[in-house]
Amino acid sequence: MRENDVPQHNAKAFMGHSKVLYALDGQGRYVATSCSGWEAEEIVLDQAIDEFKQKAFNAWDRARQSRASTLEYHMYHQRMDPELLAQSTGFFKWRVHRHLKPDTFAKLPNRLKKRYAETLGLTPTQLVTLPEQP
Amino acid sequence: MNESLSSTQIEIPFKHQQSAHCESGVISALLRHHHVPISEPMAFGIAAGLGYAYLPFVKFGGLPLFAYRMPPGSIIRGLTRRLGITMYSETFRHPEDGMRTLDRFLFSGQMVGIQTSAFWLSYFPQDMRFHFNAHNLIVYGKSENEYLISDPVVDVLVKCDADSLRKARFTRGVLAPRGLLYFPKSIPPKIDLEQAIRRAILYTTGMMLYVPVPILGIRGIRYVANKIRNLNPRREHDNKLLLGHMVRMQEEIGTGGAGFRFLYAAFLQEAASVLHQDRLAVIASALTAVGDEWRRFALNAAKMCKGRMPMDYSLLANQLLQCAEQEMEIYQQLRTEIKQRPTTL
Repeated sequence: MRENDVPQHNAKAFMGHSKVLYALDGQGRYVATSCSGWEAEEIVLDQAIDEFKQKAFNAWDRARQSRASTLEYHMYHQRMDPELLAQSTGFFKWRVHRHLKPDTFAKLPNRLKKRYAETLGLTPTQLVTLPEQP
Repeated sequence: MNESLSSTQIEIPFKHQQSAHCESGVISALLRHHHVPISEPMAFGIAAGLGYAYLPFVKFGGLPLFAYRMPPGSIIRGLTRRLGITMYSETFRHPEDGMRTLDRFLFSGQMVGIQTSAFWLSYFPQDMRFHFNAHNLIVYGKSENEYLISDPVVDVLVKCDADSLRKARFTRGVLAPRGLLYFPKSIPPKIDLEQAIRRAILYTTGMMLYVPVPILGIRGIRYVANKIRNLNPRREHDNKLLLGHMVRMQEEIGTGGAGFRFLYAAFLQEAASVLHQDRLAVIASALTAVGDEWRRFALNAAKMCKGRMPMDYSLLANQLLQCAEQEMEIYQQLRTEIKQRPTTL
């Protein structure tokens, strides 16, 4: 790739920042150039974020009808999934899956809720409440 | 702790330089700070950072891992080992110990590299924050309750509050950083760059060509090409997620473009002048051409995900196979070139 071919698509996600791409200058020498975004990257980044948003929305919707625990919503909202949440808390995966059910989650001792809250970067109160908007 | 006001602030003079990749960026910056003139491509090349691996059993959000480089940590290890540099490194069981030790080093004037999660760093743009535990950055000072940070993939110097940094350093799970901090402890007075370059190139090419595992190196690329060809067209949503994930691993996660291929080509170009072997520069151009093909693959895949191009799995598979063929030829030529000693007097 040549220096003038380095895409400058001002990606929203970069928030005005840029990143380094290595490209060839006029003399065919490699230089570190600055790239403000590339459409291909934007597409796949949006795709990944939308996937989390969709899952968080579904969980929010079900939690509102008491068909899922608030934990499930907060998990996806913090860009995690049951596997990652299990790894980050140290719980077994099947246990995390159980806690995604509203009844089981409601009965959890505060000790465990606190552990989830810490892992997700929330206060224990935030963890058990569902925001107005997903 | 009994600290006077003057000792709650420290800033170690340091020149920030943005780089493509976090690990090679941090280690080359730390070495430059200790008067070893080394560029990021050189650090990446000597570390033998280039690679390819498809690891279906390591999942990120339910998707398999596609790696275009050697595992986290190996860049720092590989580089320092080949240059004869000893690193000081320490991990911690308790976050408090980790934060206290970080402060102690900073106030003794020592700049340190640390491993963190990317999600909890408060200065990262919201959309770029994902749970990836092997991010690397340099802490060069502290002011009140904020750490002064030179993050090699960010264009400017940044700050991060102590709570976020503690969380980022002590996340759990795959590749958990466990508060890892490091800096060069001893650097030999004379560094044999030529020898290191030769060994590194032989290592990388051997890795790509001869490792007898079907999911690594050139064989790994071919394996993935076949996998894409045989995707079930009825599961288009999942397939799109997989392709999008591949493109993200290749481009977005700080690779310098084309899954580190451009970075490695830059290294080969530099190596050509260090070793006085012009042929390496020719091979570097060939690698650039492969990198361009990887980028075309990424663009096609992204467009197909978005629906701007009809989904065509065999087109993508053929592009990958072409990358594999060309890369194989390049690594073979590199080996021949390195094994034949240069004709010096």
